[in-house]
Amino acid sequence: MSTHAPTHEDAFEAHHGHSHGHEAGHGTFKSYVTGFVLSVILTAIPFWLVMAEVIDSPVLTAVIIMALGAIQIVVHMIFFLHMNTRSEGGWTMMALIFTIVLVAIALSGSLWVMHHLNANMMPMSPEMMKNMP
Amino acid sequence: MFSDTDLLKFVFGRLTLEAIPYHEPILVATFVAVAVGGIGLVGLITYYRFWGTLWRDWLTSVDHKKIGIMYVILALVMLLRGFADAIMMRLQQAMAFGGSEGYLPPHHYDQVFTAHGVIMIFFMAMPFVTGLMNFVVPLQIGARDVSFPFLNNFSFWMTTAGAIIIMLSLFVGEFARTGWLAYPPLSGADYSPGVGVDYYIWGLQVAGIGTTLSGINLIATIVKMRAPGMTMMKMPVFTWTSLCTNVLIVATFPVLTATLALLTLDRYAGTNFFTNDLGGNPMMYVNLIWIWGHPEVYILILPAFGIFSEVVATFCGKRLFGYASMVYATVVITILSYIVWLHHFFTMGSGASVNAFFGITTMIISIPTGAKMFNWLFTMYRGRIRYEVPMLWTVGFMVTFVIGGMTGVLLAVPPADFVLHNSLFLIAHFHNVIIGGVVFGLMAGVVYWFPKAFGFRLDPFWGKISFWFWLTGFYFAFMPLYVLGLMGVTRRVSQFEDPSLQIWFVIAAFGAFLIALGILSMLIQLVVSFIKREELRDTTGDPWDARTLEWSTSSPPPDYNFAFTPVVHDQDSWWDMKKRGHSRPVGGFKPIHMPRNTGTGVILGAISVVFAFGMVWYMWWLAGLAFLAMVVIAIGHTFNYDRDFYIPANVITQTEGKRTELLASEV
Repeated sequence: MSTHAPTHEDAFEAHHGHSHGHEAGHGTFKSYVTGFVLSVILTAIPFWLVMAEVIDSPVLTAVIIMALGAIQIVVHMIFFLHMNTRSEGGWTMMALIFTIVLVAIALSGSLWVMHHLNANMMPMSPEMMKNMP
Repeated sequence: MFSDTDLLKFVFGRLTLEAIPYHEPILVATFVAVAVGGIGLVGLITYYRFWGTLWRDWLTSVDHKKIGIMYVILALVMLLRGFADAIMMRLQQAMAFGGSEGYLPPHHYDQVFTAHGVIMIFFMAMPFVTGLMNFVVPLQIGARDVSFPFLNNFSFWMTTAGAIIIMLSLFVGEFARTGWLAYPPLSGADYSPGVGVDYYIWGLQVAGIGTTLSGINLIATIVKMRAPGMTMMKMPVFTWTSLCTNVLIVATFPVLTATLALLTLDRYAGTNFFTNDLGGNPMMYVNLIWIWGHPEVYILILPAFGIFSEVVATFCGKRLFGYASMVYATVVITILSYIVWLHHFFTMGSGASVNAFFGITTMIISIPTGAKMFNWLFTMYRGRIRYEVPMLWTVGFMVTFVIGGMTGVLLAVPPADFVLHNSLFLIAHFHNVIIGGVVFGLMAGVVYWFPKAFGFRLDPFWGKISFWFWLTGFYFAFMPLYVLGLMGVTRRVSQFEDPSLQIWFVIAAFGAFLIALGILSMLIQLVVSFIKREELRDTTGDPWDARTLEWSTSSPPPDYNFAFTPVVHDQDSWWDMKKRGHSRPVGGFKPIHMPRNTGTGVILGAISVVFAFGMVWYMWWLAGLAFLAMVVIAIGHTFNYDRDFYIPANVITQTEGKRTELLASEV
């Protein structure tokens, strides 16, 4: 097969070129630095919370760390993955919403189901087993 | 210095000569048959000097059409293996009554039913569905290939590698004896210390990579590469169902991968995620695996629904009734399929509120499915129905699937499920929807798109024989299981006490025999059609007078699919073009940019088999080396810049000119 380059774009190329047009813009130096600094701060706080034992309650510490982790995800999506409502004609946002809905279903559903199992099944004696539905 | 045993252990891990099942006559006979068949195949390829072509044009091909065809061939081979397992089980259960132990010892029988389930779902139905989507979707949307052609080749070889790993377990070691989803604690290290579950895990993990990547590939293709004018609501229904299926694949297969990875850690690293003690919880595995497992059944059935939609519209000569409602029903099924998973374990001990919620969501899912059924019926209503073979499969599906759907709604009622769960009623139900839905759909799809793929139609006589054997065989094989299930017979049992049950198992075995004849007729059909190919030749590219874009190009399509990207104005765009007196462009062709074939996919697939083999048998050095090789080759591939070429305009002019002559000779 010949490998000479065509003088003008054929339909396929034009089609591809068209699809490139919608892509998310690449970030600027400033946005990358902002994202990096935010990520470092959001990573440093949990380390500080744990190592300096700032809060007495470990549960509260864990909750705060989880929340900071969630914020970290958002920072990455905006500054490093360049996600916004317009990129790819809205498809990235739609995919994100879909993903969040599914993760929410899987997590909350699993917690609900496993909580029930825990309450119903765990302290199992032969006596209780006999009375199961 | 190493003693001999230490060295052997280091080199071969836990692989010993004992692992080769030379003392099992059934397996030895199978091995001999496979070896003879394999040598025969190699001999034929050598005799016809086919090796070069095989490597250059097929194994390394990045052409979505060839990859699709290879997927379907893989699926058909695995269908034969999975069906061999099925008929062994039916024979065993028909024999093992009143003290007779049948011919399969329990440890062998348990491997057979596990292998049957795993192979039929992961290595028959999945490659079959993926293959059809791969072949049809780019043609239907007027594209020249998928978005990532190399990734497509790589996905195929990872799926094949998974299949090879599973097949290896037949002759080296053993397969899992746990059932197709390998529930712990039975599949944990304590109760399944052998290699069976490890073969299962690594086979599925390797194939899972292929499935996930091909899902990503097809989503990108459908979203980004549709022909100009084809808005989402002008996409053919098969493309819509493919899109939803691939969304399901991408969203759920990671759950399977993660769940199996946790099980792997339990088995290899001694963690306690799913063990009985030390805080482990086997029920978490069941919960997680069904979060993947329920969407999985919709991954299989949605493309089948798409195929039926195409077939019904084509063979009734009418636009599909209720296109928009079909699309919405598909999307609703996609979403709902995520919130029904608990109906697979109603009896595990959740409370009334949980069971009621999941029971109701399960029943709701039958509404969009029912809407689809009415759409097909109304499409047929007052249509000019041609009962060609694909249409027969479709009508057979409609009758059979409705029965399966109704028993499904019955099982969705938690109190009824407490009686019927784990019984043969359940087995009958899911075979009813998977054979009556997925398999019939795939068969219809093969007959429908075969002329597009190969340039000649399949012989209708043998097609009809195959259909009728399958249909009657299905009813004979599975209706007795409904009866037995209602009588309380449980699944996965290899011997029975009560002789009054035997007659039902004998009828079921007779049904399996009829299905065997159906499969045989299908193979005969392929041979007969190949011999009569000149008579069955499709010169027009549109043998069925069909409606969607894949029929606007020649059969088989040229490498570049479309010389010019078609412009779409309506649903059923090819029908619209025919109606408006569309004329084929015959000149002004421009060079077409194409991806170049590459062997990296085959090589990576082969090395994954070696890696998995090393992991299964604890040959750590082998697994480590294989993994390293994979990483190096994958990185090396990124430095390969020679990955595209142009088909020059004069070649296209020649190809299209030949087609013009062919079309002119028809009229």
